[in-house]
Amino acid sequence: MLTLRNVSKTYPSAQGPVHVLRGIDLDLPAGQTLALTGESGSGKSTLLHLAAALDAADGGEIVVAGQSLVGMGDSARAQLRRERIGLVFQQFNLVPSLKVRENLAFQARIAGRHDPAWVESLTQKLGLSKLVDRYPEQLSGGQQQRVAIGRTLACRPNLILADEPTGNLDEETSDAVLKLCLDLVEQTGSAFLMVTHSPRLAGLLGRRIHLSAGRLA
Amino acid sequence: MKRHLWTLAVLLSHWRRRPFQLMTLVIGLAVATALWSGVQALNVQARQSYDQAARLIGGDAFASLRPTNGTNFEQALYVTLRRAGWDVSPVIEGDVRIADRSIRIVGIDPVTLPQGAGPITRDALDDGPETADGSGESRAVRLLTAPSLALGDAETVAALGGVDTRPTLGNGGQLPPLVVATSLPPETLVTDVGVAQALLDQPGRLSRLILTAAPETRSQSLADLTGGALERVEPDDQGDLERLTDSFHLNLTAFGFLSFLVGLFIVHGAIGLAFEQRRPMLRTMRACGVSARALTAVMLLELTTISALAGIIGTVAGYVIASALLPDVAASLRGLYGARVAGELSLQPSWWLAGVAISVIGALVAAGSSLYRAWRLPLFATAQPEAWAGAEARARRWQLAAAVFLAAIAIGVLLQASGLVAGFVLMGSVLLAAALLLPSALVGLLAIAQRLVRGPVAQWFFADARQQSGGLSLALMALLLALAVNIGVGTMVDSFRQTFTGWLDQRLAAELYVGARDPARAADIADWLETRNDVDAVLPVWDAETRYRGFPVEVFGFSNHPTYSDHWPLLASLPDAWSEAEAGRAVLISEQLARRFALAPGDPIDIAAPGGDWDGTVAAIYSDYGNPRGQVMIAVDELVARFPHAERGNFAVRVAPEAVDTVMDDLTAAFGAGTVEVVDQRTIKDISQRIFDRTFAVTLALNTLTLIVAGIALLASLLTLADARLPQLAPLWALGLTRRRLAAMELIKAATLALLTALLAIPLGLAVAWILTNVINVEAFGWQLPVYAFPEQWLRLIVLALITAIAAAAWPALSLRRMPPTKLLKVFADER
Repeated sequence: MLTLRNVSKTYPSAQGPVHVLRGIDLDLPAGQTLALTGESGSGKSTLLHLAAALDAADGGEIVVAGQSLVGMGDSARAQLRRERIGLVFQQFNLVPSLKVRENLAFQARIAGRHDPAWVESLTQKLGLSKLVDRYPEQLSGGQQQRVAIGRTLACRPNLILADEPTGNLDEETSDAVLKLCLDLVEQTGSAFLMVTHSPRLAGLLGRRIHLSAGRLA
Repeated sequence: MKRHLWTLAVLLSHWRRRPFQLMTLVIGLAVATALWSGVQALNVQARQSYDQAARLIGGDAFASLRPTNGTNFEQALYVTLRRAGWDVSPVIEGDVRIADRSIRIVGIDPVTLPQGAGPITRDALDDGPETADGSGESRAVRLLTAPSLALGDAETVAALGGVDTRPTLGNGGQLPPLVVATSLPPETLVTDVGVAQALLDQPGRLSRLILTAAPETRSQSLADLTGGALERVEPDDQGDLERLTDSFHLNLTAFGFLSFLVGLFIVHGAIGLAFEQRRPMLRTMRACGVSARALTAVMLLELTTISALAGIIGTVAGYVIASALLPDVAASLRGLYGARVAGELSLQPSWWLAGVAISVIGALVAAGSSLYRAWRLPLFATAQPEAWAGAEARARRWQLAAAVFLAAIAIGVLLQASGLVAGFVLMGSVLLAAALLLPSALVGLLAIAQRLVRGPVAQWFFADARQQSGGLSLALMALLLALAVNIGVGTMVDSFRQTFTGWLDQRLAAELYVGARDPARAADIADWLETRNDVDAVLPVWDAETRYRGFPVEVFGFSNHPTYSDHWPLLASLPDAWSEAEAGRAVLISEQLARRFALAPGDPIDIAAPGGDWDGTVAAIYSDYGNPRGQVMIAVDELVARFPHAERGNFAVRVAPEAVDTVMDDLTAAFGAGTVEVVDQRTIKDISQRIFDRTFAVTLALNTLTLIVAGIALLASLLTLADARLPQLAPLWALGLTRRRLAAMELIKAATLALLTALLAIPLGLAVAWILTNVINVEAFGWQLPVYAFPEQWLRLIVLALITAIAAAAWPALSLRRMPPTKLLKVFADER
């Protein structure tokens, strides 16, 4: 589902170019889960952004759901994100002016594949049934992240990319949210790549890789 | 498509959660549009009236023969020309008073009137045989047969009593039955030429001849046939009125534009704030698969929809404003230029569409930077307060650079350019440069204050005010502009009022002003007055009209009397100006004429006159405020000799003050109220003062509206920023400051910013006043004014600015004071 071949990324800086990623090779087939760990500044988030078609690599090739991102324009990248990729952020990134119910359906509607029954099922599985008429600001951090996961799964993406999805949650809530997420991923058959600092959480996923100074260890 | 609609729905959800912000945006756009559209409606309405007046009876389509001097000529000349083969049609025009209204009477000859000579033939006379008496005769026929008809527009006919009524004139005459005709200018009645001559008390005289065709073979020239009494004037589709009133309308447009600009400050602020608040939402949408192009397109659609709705509201409000101001505008135009403007608005659909379009265009201009930022929005940037501070500092640097650039333009215009448009460019550059400098000036002043104070809370107060000034900068700029323009216009108007009052005292030195119905009566009245012991002098106020290098000029005859030499407001003169003028060797000219043709005392001047052109010297220049035409004063004997048809019905009478009432009563009793009109000095000054006040009523009304708009801008900014202020205030609350104290400090902070802005507005306002009086007035009206300072006016505006700021900050402060601790705690929860 996700393939990276010899991917590199460099950012300019006042002290000269910073090589964030160097020759990354990675395969993540459908239905598999992968934890990406590494120190701060090791390039984890950059790798995630490249895989999510949010940014373009300087070298190498990235293929998502059979489509190469090389030379892909903004509209095509947006379409790929809409239809194939689901993103879960550490900051939840819910739309503050939409109610939980609307946030859950948000991406699916944009993708044109809104399935009310599936959203209802997700709502129940995520324990959000009583919260659907609330606004994000009226929810706890764990509840907001459950909404964010529901929003991602609602459009049945082929690839889910999560950037420290439990970074703002306590340990107990983190475990509960991640377990729920992995259960649902298993049900949908999506590929799941999660960036995390926590070895404990990384251990809950099927595979684990470590990034150091822009290279896979 | 569905995807875009959903994206739009998500964007709109922001407004659902922040209705006040949406209201701010709509109000900003609506008031900006309202003031602009209102002013445009006034201009359009006035120009429609000018066009109708210019088109009336062939003014725009046919050449005409007009008297070379004076306003009318002997009807015998018409007969002479017809006999010589000239295809001409007679017209007489003049004003009469009917029930306190001044009505223009136009007399025509339906038989010789050419087809296409203005709306009168096309619409009015061909309106068909719709007669009240059912006689079935066409209007052309009824016009020719007694008692004839008087055709007027619906508004005028209704005001005079309605169709088929026959109102009585001030001079005792009676109008023919009134009939409604379309396309006629307001306060104008068209009737048969013979009837009009009687109504105007000018038997056997005409104002002009419409020239359809001159004979192909001419044995005698026009000058030979008429003895030089008539000259050919080519058709003019603009008309004197439109030319004369251009400055007035440019002034109105400038104020309308300023109000529009101040309104756009609100819009820019509201849209900018909405963008910042929606930045995370936009980023999320982009991350979820909405392309930059689609997102920008949908934002554009959202903005266009909102601005179109606001435009409709604004245009309707503009109509209401224009309706309310129209009577004053009409009075100003009449007082200044003698122009007749309809008292009711009749606007084309294009005006309504233009109102909505200006709202949409204004919103797009105000939102340009936000839309660009949405288009270029980085997808995964995180919130960086330091970067924000840096961006604000960068913005201030750009503003400083733009201000320097505008200041350079202002200096360049001041030194090199001339003309009315250059005057407005100068004023616009100065105002915008000052507005752009304001944020830096405020930050500088607050930084100085922060260094001067000791306590930590006081230091925080100024530091926080400095930080808050960034968010309020647009509203404060709007306030600065509104206050400066108020001070500038207020100073100009009050300086003018002070000058005008003094000038009136000089010009209206006589105790009584007498007007007779005809020259024969005037002579009788003068003789009667001369016999009275309580009358010191009877001074003729006689005048004629001519042109100097194409510019309309009034020639005014004065007699040898100290009333003139003691009182007349001379601006510059030769040492023996009065004696030279009394001797017929020199003239005195008005400031307008002097400025227009760069004439100075000692310069030669030649004045065209039917009794022989007159060559003399300019002996002095005097101020003649409010007169769009030029004026020349010559000795009354010279006037009579050179202008045989000069108007000789008016006198100024010097009377012992205690005898004023007696003379007035005796005069009226001796000659009858219908024959003589007597006005005392006090009354005529009151009338002049009222005209003055009405002239500036529109300017002052627009000024006040602009200040209200600036108040709304400040209120809107403070209210929309209220939530954003919590992260700054919550830590202080946590450190031990009470909500009450914090609320009080918020109030004082808003007042401090408004006070500093108001203080900076004073020098800017004085600069505006200087530009208005020394550049724009001179270009627009031809006279210059001394500028006086009115500190009490500044104090009033400072207090007003403080009240506005405190009122605007009151609600957020009150909310803060009543805010439950849980909401303040949430600030810390959100920071986890």
